[in-house]
Parts: sequence; structure tokens; C-alpha cells
Amino acid sequence: MLASVRQNLQGNQACALGAIAAGCRFYAGYPITPSSEIAEKMAVELPKVGGTFIQMEDEIASMAAIIGASMGGVKAMTATSGPGFSLKQENLGYGAMAEVPCVVIDVMRGGPSTGMPTRPAQGDIMQSRWGTHGDHPIIVLAPSSVKEAYDQTIRAFNLSERLRTPVVVLLDEVIGHLVETIEIPHIDTIERAERKWATEARETYLPYGETDDGIPAMARPGDGYRSHTTGLTHGPSGFPTQKPAEVNDMMQRLLGKIDRHRDIVDDVETVGCDDAEVLVVTVGITARAARRAVRQARDAGIKAGLFRPVTLWPFPENQFRAVEARVHSVLVPEMNAGQLCLEVERLSARRTKIARINRIDGEAIEPAHILSTIEELGRHG
Amino acid sequence: MDSALGKNPTGGNAGSAGTGIEDFDIRAYLRLDLMPHFMCPGCGHGIALRALLWAVHELAIPKDRLAIVSGIGCSGRVGAYIDANTFHTTHGRPLAFATGLALARPDLEIVVITGDGDCLAIGGNHLIHACRRNLHMTCIMLNNEIYGMTGGQVSPTTAENRMTTTTPAGNTEPAFNACALAAAAGASLVGRGITLQTPALKNLMKEGLAHRGFSFLEVISDCTEIFGRKNDLGSSPEMILRQKSQMRPEYFGNVVDEPFRPNAMKTGILSRNERPEYGDAYRAAMVSTRATASHGHG
Ligand SMILES: Cc1ncc(C[n+]2csc(CCOP(=O)(O)OP(=O)(O)O)c2C)c(N)n1
Repeated sequence: MLASVRQNLQGNQACALGAIAAGCRFYAGYPITPSSEIAEKMAVELPKVGGTFIQMEDEIASMAAIIGASMGGVKAMTATSGPGFSLKQENLGYGAMAEVPCVVIDVMRGGPSTGMPTRPAQGDIMQSRWGTHGDHPIIVLAPSSVKEAYDQTIRAFNLSERLRTPVVVLLDEVIGHLVETIEIPHIDTIERAERKWATEARETYLPYGETDDGIPAMARPGDGYRSHTTGLTHGPSGFPTQKPAEVNDMMQRLLGKIDRHRDIVDDVETVGCDDAEVLVVTVGITARAARRAVRQARDAGIKAGLFRPVTLWPFPENQFRAVEARVHSVLVPEMNAGQLCLEVERLSARRTKIARINRIDGEAIEPAHILSTIEELGRHG
Repeated sequence: MDSALGKNPTGGNAGSAGTGIEDFDIRAYLRLDLMPHFMCPGCGHGIALRALLWAVHELAIPKDRLAIVSGIGCSGRVGAYIDANTFHTTHGRPLAFATGLALARPDLEIVVITGDGDCLAIGGNHLIHACRRNLHMTCIMLNNEIYGMTGGQVSPTTAENRMTTTTPAGNTEPAFNACALAAAAGASLVGRGITLQTPALKNLMKEGLAHRGFSFLEVISDCTEIFGRKNDLGSSPEMILRQKSQMRPEYFGNVVDEPFRPNAMKTGILSRNERPEYGDAYRAAMVSTRATASHGHG
């Protein structure tokens, strides 16, 4: 029987174990609070499965090294927090452009700059989407429990490999350091996606050509393809081009490829959304507070609901619009000065009242705060 | 080291000309469909490319096993012409990309092609740590004393008093001695070559490739069109001949007492520091960990 095991784990450690379960065999990182436990766990666990851990000289190098390892055919990951996440952005863009699978965990702390290293925040919601320059595809997953940190890290690898794109797992400090007992499934029951490797003849192989699913097969070095990888805008052959038609074709495929797979990308948790009049939209630790507030509100007779984008980017707009059409108010609590609410406002009908709760003092948002705002919105609806 | 350096380049099998190029056809190693290449007339980068491919040929390194990792710059663009696994990465970071690739794929023969700005300015931190770690790869720094790709700005190897687009009164910063830096940081093999002497440069590259560990090779490569013009250094033949006769000594040492760049830049293998290759050392150290691994959740 393929038994699962129960384990007391911290969110950060769960990410590390999830990564290894997903097949990650290379980790490069640079220590930074509140993410360092991920590196420490990987340093210990990776050698046990024949993997490699390396502490690089900085986050720029860490990001480069995981892409280098992944280009070599090995599943790779790094983890960091705000200041390091900023440093990773240029090479994260390289990963997006050259379509190299890799996973980046960002455990959010108070910012900007050095900010509050040990205090929680959700200030990287927009950076995780738009942190690197230029239009680019990206997937961002936002767990809100230790179990989800484990599961979503596995999912991050699977999406990354399938869609040949960097995937960010966005934790906040509370989830990163939270300890919960979770059920870890037997390794043989875990679904692991593998990259599409080139198998056709070298003469006909196009490293960046259009395909049925928008995802070109990757050439493994040593397999005889001797292909070229570059961050320069390239044509189907992989070599640089500035011909407008070729550039446009490549960019359209690149920017559209995630949308072609929304069936496996999207992931939403909803509570009470069938009849909700007041909808709370949030992620991470704030979503746990919101879930409780929503339940309490419903107990008190207010039709409240929770919409939690587990896949934060691309934002699950269809699912959101379907729920939003039935509510009169939307509340967006978040530990920043207002980022997720921008997306919510963009997607909401004009008639909908949109309220915010923003906390930027290094403290988590409490259920009572969300509940009282729900009550207020419920009264005025 | 003398086995390869300064000797008949083909190890005695060369014909009467003594150039040793008889059985080396560079076209077998190039992506000919990308020709004509983008390098300026007289640019040394192409000569360095030739020397590298010649060395690859003589060492019989299969193209499928050869991985070229390059940064951004004219130097970084050279890699794309090689019929191998080529990775054109980001500015200053090729050594960091190569570190991941080398650890993930110890079976590949990795050559990093970088420029003086790529390697010593934006990538300086990666260089010293790559030297310190001693992963098996060959780092070839094409030193043209200038930022060629961006049109001729000062670089960390521009000699004092030289004219560049960002030093209108002549360069007032001392230049790096890249080889001394690499040796001090622990590179296990350090050498310098000039593009004037392609066979010797090829032999130097053979030494670098054959060395188990991190090799740092600086190649003096003329930028004729930008650096040469800006400094009235004459035609490209004049420039390249000067590599031998004087290495442009008149420009050194005017600003600081101890210039980083010596008057006579030595060529050949400059230092060796034999020690365990990092990947080997890591894997050996981890064997014990692996033996005690639980297979609980993988
Ligand atoms: C992060 C970043 N900064 C700046 C640039 C612009 N840039 C491109 S090449 C280059 C300098 C290259 O000089 P060098 O390394 O000496 O190589 P060369 O072109 O002379 O061969 C610079 C600054 C860039 N591409 N990326």
C-alpha cells in the first residue's frame, strides 16, 4: 500500500520537500530572511537523492545557475525574499524569453528596500507579475497553508516543465514560517510532469517553432541537436531576428502560450460564492483570516463569500467575473498599500462597490478587521 | 605545459609549412548558414574563435558534448557561430549560468566566452567566485580594452590615458590585470594569449580545455574599428603587430605608482594551482549523505 506520512513542517520546508518530490535536483540560492530554511532544507535533502545544492555569490548568480542547470535538463529551483527577488528579475526574464523551466520561491517580507526582514507583507504581488522588463509570460502560485506550500511547489514544477516557463511560488512570511501537520503522499502517488524533449531529426527541429500546444520541444545538450539559446529576440530557429513578422510571431506565441493552457493553469478556492453579496478577494495568510471572517459573517446572516486565486497570475479573470457579476461589493484585504485591488478593480463592473483593507505595518490582517468591514458593506449593500 | 605550448601545434604531425592546420577545417565547426558574421574587419574576436575551434579539433572534443556559454557583447555573440550547444546568456552572468550547467551536466565540456566588461565589470563577482570554486570549465575572456558592442565606452581593462567615448580627457582609471585577479582568486590555471600568434593561442586553449578545473584565459583581442580609430592606432595589421613588439607600454603607469597592467604583459601559462575540481569534490562529499538517505518521501 502506498501510505502517506504525517509530518510537522514549516511552510518553507514544505516547499523544499515538495520540490524534491516534484523531481527538483538542483538548487542554487543566497541566504535571505524569511526564506533561508528552504535553502537549508535543500542543502540537506538534495544530496540524498543525487541532486546538487549550491550557495551562490548572490541572487543574480543563483537565478542564472538554476537556468543553466535547467538548460542542461535538470529540474531546478531557487528561493528568496524581496531584495533578492529584485536581483533575480533580469535572469527571470531570460528564463521567460528563452523558455527555460524553473521555479522561484519568493517569501514576501516588509519592503521596499531592506524593509522589515522578519515581518510579513504581500508587497510583491505586482512585482511577481511584472518584475522583469518587457512583456513576458509568467505563472505565480500563492499558497495559504503548509500543505498548499507543498502541493503548489509540486504544481509549480509541473506547470513550469509543461509550459516551459518560469513559475513563481509566492509565500508571505507567515506561511513560510507557519508550522502545521500535513499529510505527505507516498512519492509514487505524486504526479510529475516532464518537459517535452526534442526527438525528431535535427534537420527539421525548430527550437522555437509553433506547435499544436504552443510549447516547442526542448533540445537536451548532448542529444545531437546543438541548438542555440539566447535572450535576444529570436525566430523559430533560435537565432536572433529583428524581422517584424518573425518577431511578432514569436512574441505572440510566447505571450499567448499560458492562455492556451488555462485549464491546467487556473486554480481558485471559493467559499460561499454561489449566493455571496459581499465578496472578499485575497491570497496567502490574509485569505485564512478572510475565510474565517466570511464564515462568521455567514453565521451572522450576511451573504459573504471568499474568492482566493491560488494561481494568482495569470489572474483567473473568467472565474472572478462570473462570481463578481452576482455581488454588490468586493473587499480586497492585503498586506500592502493596494496591489491586488488594482486587478480586482480592472475586472469589476462599474456598479460594484470596491473596498480595501491595507496593512503596511508588518502585522497580519486579523479576521475581526475583515469581518467588521464585511458587516459594514453588508449593511450598505 | 610545454607539451602543448610553443611546440609544433599538431604534435609533430604537421607538414613542412609547420602551421599544423592541414587537417583542421574550421568550417566543420561553424554554423555556416549564419555567415557572413557580424565582426568588424580586423577584430581579434574571430581569431580567438579560430584558435578555440582548432584546439577543440586537436583535442577531438565532440561537438555534441561541447557547450559554449557566453555573455553579452561582441565577445558574447561569437559563441553563436559555433556548431555546438550554445547558450547566449545575460550581461556579466555567463559564469553563473555555466556553474549551474556544469553541476547539472558534468559530462559536458563547457567553454565560457566573455568580454573584459562582461567578465570584470558587471561579472566581476562571478569571476572571482568561479575561480575560487574551481568547477571544470574554460573561461576565455576576450580583452579588447573597450566596450565594443555598445560603441566604445571605457572598460576595466582600458589602459590609462586611452580615449574612449566616456573618457573624453583620456582614461584616468587604472586597468585590471585580469590574470593576476584570477590567480589571486584561486583559478587553478591562468594564461594569456595574443591573437597575433594563433598557433600559440590554440595551444594555450588546449591547455585550458585539457585542464581539470577552472581555467582562466585572457586573450588580447584588438578592437580595430572603435578602440583603434579612437586612439589613432593605425590599420589593423599595425595594431596586431604591436601586440608583439610592445603591448602598448607607453600608456601604462602614468596615473598610479603600481599600475595593475604591467608594461610587458606576459603570455602563456601564468599560474597553476592544482586542486580538486569542485563538482568532483561535492559529489564525493555527498556520497556519505546519500548512503544514509531515507526513501520515505523521495
Ligand atoms: C544589464 C546590462 N547592462 C548593460 C548592457 C549593455 N551592454 C551590452 S554589451 C556591453 C559591454 C560589452 O563589453 P565587453 O564585455 O568588453 O565586450 P565587447 O563588446 O567589447 O566584446 C554592455 C554594457 C546590457 N546588455 N545588459
